[in-house]
Amino acid sequence: MEIPYTFEVRRDTGLTNGKIGLWLFLASEVMLFGALFASYILIRTGAPSWPRGDTILNVPLATFNTIVLISSSVTMVMSWASLMRRRIGTFRIYMAMTIALGFVFLLVKYFEYSHKFHEGLLPSSNNFLAIYFTLTGLHMLHVAGGMAVNAYLLGPGSKLYKTNPVWFTNRVENSGLFWHFVDLVWIFLFPTLYLL
Amino acid sequence: MTTDHAADLGDHAADIDKHVKVYVTVFVALMALTLITVAISYVHLPTPMAITVAMLVALVKGSLVACYFMHLISEKKLILAVLGLTAAFFVVLLALPILTHSNGYWIH
Repeated sequence: MEIPYTFEVRRDTGLTNGKIGLWLFLASEVMLFGALFASYILIRTGAPSWPRGDTILNVPLATFNTIVLISSSVTMVMSWASLMRRRIGTFRIYMAMTIALGFVFLLVKYFEYSHKFHEGLLPSSNNFLAIYFTLTGLHMLHVAGGMAVNAYLLGPGSKLYKTNPVWFTNRVENSGLFWHFVDLVWIFLFPTLYLL
Repeated sequence: MTTDHAADLGDHAADIDKHVKVYVTVFVALMALTLITVAISYVHLPTPMAITVAMLVALVKGSLVACYFMHLISEKKLILAVLGLTAAFFVVLLALPILTHSNGYWIH
């Protein structure tokens, strides 16, 4: 049985089912991160004192990572734009850049985490570090998940372009929506954890 | 512009060219705002002021990503409705701990 409305739009919604599904998933993700942010506010406002993030964390590295993630959002949207122009070769270049930038982000986080562990700063050390590792750890899982989907679309998944370019472009757009959401979360995590 | 609007890919090359220019402009704005965020943190404002400024800048950056990279500026009403509902619940979620700590813990 064929899955309905994968590339043709539904008349009643004006959208493909995949796109609606993706946005509903993102809505649940907003609530997931929202719950963690609410916990952060609750713990911080209830604490007698709270350290500034920049006294414990590495702001230049995090700034670099912010630039990396924003750049990856641009390459992601450019990969989709390339498909809209029917340029599969350019799509591959931009998508490969997106994955590479995601890898750089994770690599920097690896160095940040290792440095903290080496100094004996663990999630169990204090409330600030517990929140830092929980929020950034969950965010890193999202980056890794997005990279896996993007790698599939760059590799075996790209075969779909030959038979149904619109459907493939829809998939890239949906993957892009998730990737931009991950960027969006970091835009709020960065000042919250590192600068305040 | 979304893929849904383009059953005939390739027929909107001129539109996409315009979009690409917007993406580059947004990218430059996001970079500038990131540097502004970091620069402000070195001023060492009082905590409430620092939180307000940092969150305002983050809100502008987030809006740029959502509106232009995620195409919300030209998105269908159904998706905007879903996000509106999500935003309402999100605000309640964040407001609860703040209310709990304001004026004598009046939420138990």
